[in-house]
Amino acid sequence: MTDFDPIELKRIRWRSRRGLLELDLVLERFLANGFEQLTTAELFAYQKCLDLDDNDFLDYVNGKAEVDDPELAHIIGILRAA
Amino acid sequence: MTIPVRRFDAVIVGGGGAGLRAALQLSESGLKTAVLSKVFPTRSHTVAAQGGISASLGNVQEDRWEWHMFDTVKGSDWLGDQDAIEFMCRKAPEAVIELEHFGMPFDRLENGKIYQRPFGGHTQNEGEAPVQRACAAADRTGHAMLHTLYQRNVRANTQFFIEWMALDLIRDEDGDVVGVTALEMETGEVYNFHAKGVLFATGGAGRIYAASTNAFINTGDGLGMSVRAGIPLEDMEFWQFHPTGVAGAGVLITEGVRGEGGILLNANGERFMERYAPNLKDLAPRDFVARSMEQEVLEGRGCGPNKDHVLLKLDHLGPDIIKQRLPGIREIAIKFAGVDPIKEPIPVIPTCHYMMGGIPTNYRGEVVIPKGDNPEARVNGFYAAGECACASVHGANRLGTNSLLDLVVFGKSAGDSMVEFIKSEMPTWKPLPANAGQISLDRIARLDNQTGGEEVADVRAAMQRTVQARAAVFRNSENLALGVKEIQEVAERVKRTQIKDKSKVFNTARVEALELENLIEVAVATLISAEARKESRGAHAHADYQERDDEVWMKHTLYYGEDRRLTYKPVHTKPLSVEYIAPKVRTF
Ligand SMILES: Cc1cc2nc3c(=O)[nH]c(=O)nc-3n(C[C@H](O)[C@H](O)[C@H](O)COP(=O)(O)OP(=O)(O)OC[C@H]3O[C@@H](n4cnc5c(N)ncnc54)[C@H](O)[C@@H]3O)c2cc1C
Repeated sequence: MTDFDPIELKRIRWRSRRGLLELDLVLERFLANGFEQLTTAELFAYQKCLDLDDNDFLDYVNGKAEVDDPELAHIIGILRAA
Repeated sequence: MTIPVRRFDAVIVGGGGAGLRAALQLSESGLKTAVLSKVFPTRSHTVAAQGGISASLGNVQEDRWEWHMFDTVKGSDWLGDQDAIEFMCRKAPEAVIELEHFGMPFDRLENGKIYQRPFGGHTQNEGEAPVQRACAAADRTGHAMLHTLYQRNVRANTQFFIEWMALDLIRDEDGDVVGVTALEMETGEVYNFHAKGVLFATGGAGRIYAASTNAFINTGDGLGMSVRAGIPLEDMEFWQFHPTGVAGAGVLITEGVRGEGGILLNANGERFMERYAPNLKDLAPRDFVARSMEQEVLEGRGCGPNKDHVLLKLDHLGPDIIKQRLPGIREIAIKFAGVDPIKEPIPVIPTCHYMMGGIPTNYRGEVVIPKGDNPEARVNGFYAAGECACASVHGANRLGTNSLLDLVVFGKSAGDSMVEFIKSEMPTWKPLPANAGQISLDRIARLDNQTGGEEVADVRAAMQRTVQARAAVFRNSENLALGVKEIQEVAERVKRTQIKDKSKVFNTARVEALELENLIEVAVATLISAEARKESRGAHAHADYQERDDEVWMKHTLYYGEDRRLTYKPVHTKPLSVEYIAPKVRTF
């Protein structure tokens, strides 16, 4: 994660606050544990997740919906395990 | 230090359902309107609403707004203001059809009309039979509402300030509201928003409880800002609870689990509901189950290392029933409770869901406070709508699906009142007071300079534990009195919180510290208001005063933060056009 803009990292942390409690809980756990280890590519993918609608995002994380976008599939896998 | 100023006709704080509906009214009337939101508007907590929005459309069965009104008055346990309730129920069909015209994708009947679902508490002819009154967009009603209203606002040129946090209300020497201060998270700068009218639509404050279904963002900012500016809060003792949230997480386990045969156990492995409700047992009404659960905990029969929850046992149902009839429950339990219900029970606790009280308004969305002999004098330039406001339509208990309705009906009504006020009474801006914004700068400076203070997370946890233990569903005099003392001690600790990160840009730690200063105002208001109310009404169930006492207590509580004092004001018993609905014993 070394070459990622530190300000962007702080923005990402704030945007991990969501409208759904379930996502807050999963992302809080992930930010405390796992987030720091992300590669630059994974961080870009996580940023993309944060642009998803909350309901879609939660359905992916819960495994209720399949993730078609290959770029997201990997990071969602990490979140599912968080 | 001079604070930069932004000037608008109207400033709306909050981009959830209520804020967006109000903003639309203002922008479409040609006024220059800003919406401030801590998060992207479609990620406001309204997104969590699944159940639907009520309106007596009568698309499935005969229905009338008068019946909806009766259900709402009864649900409120006669604490709701009947003029506001009539206003909301009468406007409901029009409000829902308007959303449909805006493009909200409601579920439909074969004949093309909006489909309506059954929901607890919705009845025909004053309780005679259930009626299908809830309109929904699949299980994404709140989400669909936010998207629809956001798009309309973009078209109407509403100006959005996203990731801006309002910090304090600006009142001038006459007490009129002339703006609000706000923190731009991206730069850490504070601005004064100068306005002819300000509307708060900041949503709920469920995070004062340790167990809450609310997202982290629900920190009662509008209430905190109001209290700091000398505006009282109304009926803060009334909070709605759901009996079975996952302990330590808040995620709901649906009632269906008990319907399918799930049972509640205490630390001794006893099925305690047999004792409280020999007939209905685990299927007794929601509030009754919740109180029984909490009584077990209070009497020392709670489970876990802190003895603070009970267990919901399902394993006897067998894996097939759990997987087939209760889809998603196993996943929730594994993910949020860390247990597989096929093998182990789920730790559960009564969980806070909705705040009935809030900033006192009338049905026009105008904030009203006592002044001289008038219990409800308008605060010029100040409006509130949605969960942060108390109109009061929900009274002592909210009827399911009436909240989304409240957002659009009172969002629109408040928007109309603001347009009228700005166009007819405010040809130009009243000047900002010389010290405008200083209080916000002082709050931030205090945080930056604090030494030897406590961590925000620790103090927040102490607040949440106190409110949960003293003012959840089981209330008695002794417990509430202890709570009043304890929460004021926590409030002292909030004054000395400390943050390590002093940087300006996207400083989440600072935001959380500022949010805690709002939460604590709500928490203190809740305990002081609850301790004083010596009766049982709606969600306020008092073990030492088990009856509703209309003679003495059919009145709204008003809590003032500056000296933590209470006053009361009468409930509106005069509807707009129909007869008063007189109190009855609440039976179901
Ligand atoms: C799980 C769940 C399910 C529900 N289901 C239903 C249902 O089916 N039907 C129903 O009628 N009700 C339901 N409710 C209740 C209902 O969803 C809420 O009461 C309602 O959505 C609140 O809307 P609001 O517009 O008042 O606030 P919110 O949607 O919470 O929006 C608040 C806004 O204020 C902003 N904000 C807050 N503080 C600040 C600040 N300091 N500065 C700038 N912006 C700020 C936020 O960013 C946000 O945009 C449910 C609630 C929960 C928790």
